[in-house]
Amino acid sequence: MQAYLTLVRRELGGFFIALTGYIIIAAVLFLVGLSFADMLVKLNGSATDAPLTEEFFVTVYFWLILLLTAPIMTMRSFAAEKFSGTFETLMTAPVGDLQVVLAKFSAALVFFLLTWLPLVIYILIIRRYSNDGALLDWRVVSSMVLGILLIGSLYISLGCLSSSLTRSQMIAAMISYGLGLGLFLLSLRALIAAPPEGWQAKLFSYISMTEHMQDFARGVIDTRRLVFYLSLTVLFLFLTLKVVESRRWK
Amino acid sequence: MKDSLMIEVSELTKRYAGRTAVDEVSFSVARGEVVGLLGPNGAGKSTILRILSCFLAATSGTVSVAGFDVFSQSHEVRRRMGYMPENNPLPGEMRVREYLKFRARLKGLSASQTRERVAAVTEQCGLTDVSRKIIGHLSKGYRQRVGLADALVHEPELIILDEPTIGFDPNQIRAVRKLIKDLGRKHTILMSSHILPEVEMTCSRIIILHQGRILAADTTENLQRTLSSDGQVIAEIAAPITALTECWKEMELIEHFDIAPAEGDFHRCALTPRAGVDIRPLIFEQARAKGWTLRELTRSRHTLEDIFVHVVRGDKEDSL
Repeated sequence: MQAYLTLVRRELGGFFIALTGYIIIAAVLFLVGLSFADMLVKLNGSATDAPLTEEFFVTVYFWLILLLTAPIMTMRSFAAEKFSGTFETLMTAPVGDLQVVLAKFSAALVFFLLTWLPLVIYILIIRRYSNDGALLDWRVVSSMVLGILLIGSLYISLGCLSSSLTRSQMIAAMISYGLGLGLFLLSLRALIAAPPEGWQAKLFSYISMTEHMQDFARGVIDTRRLVFYLSLTVLFLFLTLKVVESRRWK
Repeated sequence: MKDSLMIEVSELTKRYAGRTAVDEVSFSVARGEVVGLLGPNGAGKSTILRILSCFLAATSGTVSVAGFDVFSQSHEVRRRMGYMPENNPLPGEMRVREYLKFRARLKGLSASQTRERVAAVTEQCGLTDVSRKIIGHLSKGYRQRVGLADALVHEPELIILDEPTIGFDPNQIRAVRKLIKDLGRKHTILMSSHILPEVEMTCSRIIILHQGRILAADTTENLQRTLSSDGQVIAEIAAPITALTECWKEMELIEHFDIAPAEGDFHRCALTPRAGVDIRPLIFEQARAKGWTLRELTRSRHTLEDIFVHVVRGDKEDSL
């Protein structure tokens, strides 16, 4: 446990020592800010019965943040260590492979959540000026945060897997962009071109992340979604673990 | 007996795709020894060290460190071993103290132990002046010391160093060598090198590797004795050539001799004794008895370099 916490601290520290951490924070701040401004314009326009969180999150900004930042955040995790050789000193210290994988994953996830922190300010602003307590129900907000957390976990575990496959951060980022974008395009296909009925429609609604996020933003927590994200995250982390272990295969 | 062995390697083989890096290598290292792995680049030194440090798994064969198997009990092995990989990789963005603290915590030391040990290794490795500096800004010599300090921080029983003095200037090499020698008093050390004088100076025992196989393994002196040219003695004596020839012929201990004229009255004699006996006192006696002037008397002691060239070439000729 001590080794795990030490590693998480080191990984998190890494984000703040290097410039990339701040660039990511700035980018997220910019995109969330744009999203907020967009929403304010909408609110000034015609009335809508959709919850505010949906206006906020079922937008292109959310997906941009997710698709852009997750690969950048995770590309370092294994690739950079393999490139510089510190992977060898790390793996010859008395730490388990699983500990290393989990530490890298959780540090990236914590950083990912930290970049979303400005959101709190926007929520407070809306609360302060809307005079309507029901506008942002805390249950809906937490369901939305859960959505961010789950989808974020999936993308970050995907990023860890890509990073463990190569020594080059560039290639790691490209692999996770490719896989992440592919996953997202499947969702879009479900939105645009899926047949209205039959097994295909069913399949696409299961895997459509845009639809999932819409549910979360409305405060709907569906166990099928929980299972979908958790199992995929675990799967990618398991594969990462196997890749890390593979150096010791006979 | 088992307890006194620090490292036991038996029939270790490591194959990479289509290439055998290490081929049925067996050796052992006792507690308290300083052993050098010597070989040209690509001989399999790093591969052996990586397997010992639990970074890679062997294709076949068993390796145990302090009685623990490196594959099935790697956690125990790693806790007892400090390892500095080739080229000494370090995170360039961290500060020296911060890095050593991180490594100590990672290796399971408690907060108070960490404080104590980091201070101790900082002192021991001469890092006091740079402990607050960023590793990436340090000179190569200091970085190497940081790597050593990391290997030492958890007080390991065994220290494994892969090419510890690569890329140094002579002063730095001397400093690192001294550090290793000092460490050898308290720890078991296994180090690799392709620089011969280096292992000759720091190690008590040498294992010579070539193309993944052990060519020779013995103490430094024994290797020199068995492989140097039978203790040949060079003597420069001012005497007529006929007298010299007669004298050497009479001596039973001399198996073979060569005489070449040197400047003036002097003759240079190369004398090969029987069965490696040291014949220098005898020759001195002879010269004194006959009233000859003796100006040089040396026993050619081969450097490791010669041994190495000898052994490796011998192997190549076999395979041709």
